[in-house]
This record gives sequence, C-alpha cells and structure tokens, in this order.
Amino acid sequence: MVFFENMGLLALTPGMVFMWVIGFVLIYLAITRQYEPLLLLPIGFGIIITNLPLSYLMEPGEGLIWRFYHYGIEWEIIPPLIFLGLGALTDFSALLSQPRLIFLGAAAQVGVYVTFFIAYAMGFSLEEAATIGIIGGADGPTTIYLSARLAPQLLGACAVAAYSYMALVPIIMPPIMKLLTTDEERKIRMKKGRKVTSREKVFFPLIAAMVIILLVPASAPLIAMFMMGNLFRESKVVERLNETAQNSLMNIVTIFLGVSVGATMNAENFLRKEVIFIFFLGLFAFMISTASGILLAKFMNLFTSNKINPLVGAAGVSAVPMAARVVQKVGAAADKRNYLLMFAMGPNIAGVIGTVIAAGIFISILK
Amino acid sequence: MATEVLVPLAGNIWLVLVNVGDEVEEDDELVVIEALKMENPVYAPCDGTVSEIRVKKGDVVEDDDVLMIIEES
Repeated sequence: MVFFENMGLLALTPGMVFMWVIGFVLIYLAITRQYEPLLLLPIGFGIIITNLPLSYLMEPGEGLIWRFYHYGIEWEIIPPLIFLGLGALTDFSALLSQPRLIFLGAAAQVGVYVTFFIAYAMGFSLEEAATIGIIGGADGPTTIYLSARLAPQLLGACAVAAYSYMALVPIIMPPIMKLLTTDEERKIRMKKGRKVTSREKVFFPLIAAMVIILLVPASAPLIAMFMMGNLFRESKVVERLNETAQNSLMNIVTIFLGVSVGATMNAENFLRKEVIFIFFLGLFAFMISTASGILLAKFMNLFTSNKINPLVGAAGVSAVPMAARVVQKVGAAADKRNYLLMFAMGPNIAGVIGTVIAAGIFISILK
Repeated sequence: MATEVLVPLAGNIWLVLVNVGDEVEEDDELVVIEALKMENPVYAPCDGTVSEIRVKKGDVVEDDDVLMIIEES
C-alpha cells in the first residue's frame, strides 16, 4: 500500500500533463527548428521533470534542482557568469568606431519602460511590471537576473518569453523594419567609421565599468563581470581565461541555468491567466523597442549629413547577434551591395548594456 | 582597365567561387565572407576577367583589403 501511495502516477493532475506538452513543444522547437536550443532544450526538460509529482526535485532545502536554482539563480551567481562569457565574446570595435550609435541602443529601452507602465496599469505589481518590461530588451540573462531579484514567481514565464522572442527575431522584426522605413532609407550606405586601436579596446572595459557602476551601482554584478570578460579578451595576455569564460564556463553554467529555469515552471505557478498577459506584454515591449531604435535613427538623420541607415536602429534590442543579422538581411534585400552587419553590431551591443542599466535602475528604485 | 575588388566587411573567407582567368559579369558572386556566422556574398563590380586572386578559403580579411583584381572587358 505504501508503494502505491508514493507512486507519482496517482498524484498526477491535468495541469501537470498540460505542462508536459509545453515542455515537449519547447524541446521539439529546439531540435527541429533549432530555436535557441542551448536554452530551450534544458528548459523544456526541466519543465517536464518538475511536473512529475512527488519527485521533490524542487523541494526547498532538499531537492536537487532546487539547489541548482537556489545557489545558482537566487544567489545571483549564474547570470553574472554568463555575462562574463558574453563580455569575452564581445568586440566593441563597431561601437567605438561610431560612438553615436550608442544612442540607438539606448532608444531601444523605450519599449521596456512603456511596457512597465502598461503592465502596472493592468494590475501587476511594480516589481512584476518591471520584470515584464525588461523582456523588451530581449536579453535572457538580464531578464532572469531581474526576475530573481524582483518577482521570482514570474521567472519561468519571463525567461521563456525572452528566449522565445530572441528566437523569433527573424520573424518579428522585419515587418516592423519595413513598415517604418522607405526603400530609399533602406538603401542608405553608411560611411565606415575610423579604425579602433587595441589600446582603446583595453581601456574601454575599464572606463565603461567605472562610469556605469558609479552612475547605476545596482547594475554592478552584471556590468562588472561583463567588462572583466571583455578585459580578458582585449588584454590578449590571459588567453586561457578568455577561452574558458567564452566556452567551458559558459557552457557549464548554461546547463544549470536552463534546467533550473524550466523547473520553476510547475503547473500551479505557470497556468495562470497572468502568464498569457506576460507573453503579450513581452512581445509588445519587444516590438516597441525595435520601432523606437529605428525612429531615433531617422530623427538623428535630420541633423547630420553622414546618414545612418535607420535599419541599424532596430538592432538596439539586445538579441546579439541575431538582431544585427536580421538588419543585414533586410538591408541586403533592398540593395545587395549594402553590408550593414558590422554597423548594426554597434547598437546591438549598446542595447545589451542599455538593458542591464535599465534593470539596474529598476532594482535601485524598487528594492 | 584593372578594377580592385575590396572587402566590404571584415570576416573570414568562406568560399572563393571563381578562378584566375574566369570571365565574370557584373553582380556575379565572387567570394563569400563569413562574419558573425553569416555568409555574405561579394559581387563583381563590373564585367571582365579575373586576373589575380589575393585570398584563399580561411583567410582573415579586414575592411578594404583587396580580394581580387578584375581586368575590365
């Protein structure tokens, strides 16, 4: 009898079965469509195993995956480690050679704030509204970081929304980009910026870390790790650390991140009508961010003779480098000899930093 | 007249699609440059004959390096 009482099968609820379906869909998309497979695959698996009753995998204090989640995400260790790797992977040349493109990365945060106010007006708490708004930055680790800080109950939904929209960048962005630009504008060829020296590239992470953390101290965990990773890269003297931060360390923490995020999505937490709103609001935030980058680029063109192709403004949403690739594709469709890829990397990288700063501002105001 | 074909964006040479001596037409794909895991074709600027190729598959190229020279017909 005791065996039967402890058998998971009898404790199964319809909600759990529904969550399996969501887990299977994510795994299916990861495998067949290769939508962000490094994250959606472990997230999908995490969803399935957390919805097997009586496993206690997420039981506070004892469950295996709870420990991953608690020490990795709640203790805010994994997202900053991912940022260390991202910093090591990032080449700031595109930004340093045309610093004015930084503004486009900042403009793309408009979606974050607009959505924050709308979500609040819809009845979400301030903390929840901030977490939902940050989805518009389309930056997975930042979304997870902010959510763990402010609204852990929304973490799973917000993370899946952010990673889904990153995967859907090639589908969501082009219609907005075409709607807001004329054929002439899409054909603008940009002048190459100046050559960036390696000395500038070494100084940049040092100065950027100091300036940003002095202004928004709450962004320190992510910015400090990001800039240290970039210093590893640009100093050229710690190739082993650089290589580890980019590859092995990042891969290891990605495993723990994915399965823990998935495991936060149990049926009672996830199957609520708020979650549907989160997906809609997140998409809305992402679309507004895309549009605001383009519109700022058009506005800047009113004052300069060295024209910016407004398409690169769309890359201000963080999703690196998918957004920049989409800009290249849409630009090449209008003029196949127009190579916008590297120009788009400027706002793209500025967008990552912009989203972290936006998250830091939320934390300092709301905590 | 000899026309230089320049690198439009920094990256790695992914494919060289022509050989020395080939006749090419304007807009033919000459080389594919890989940058950020994206394949970017470089097109012939004019009709002509390829007289010299300065890169091979796998080379790292910077903006405005010379890829090849086309003798305009």
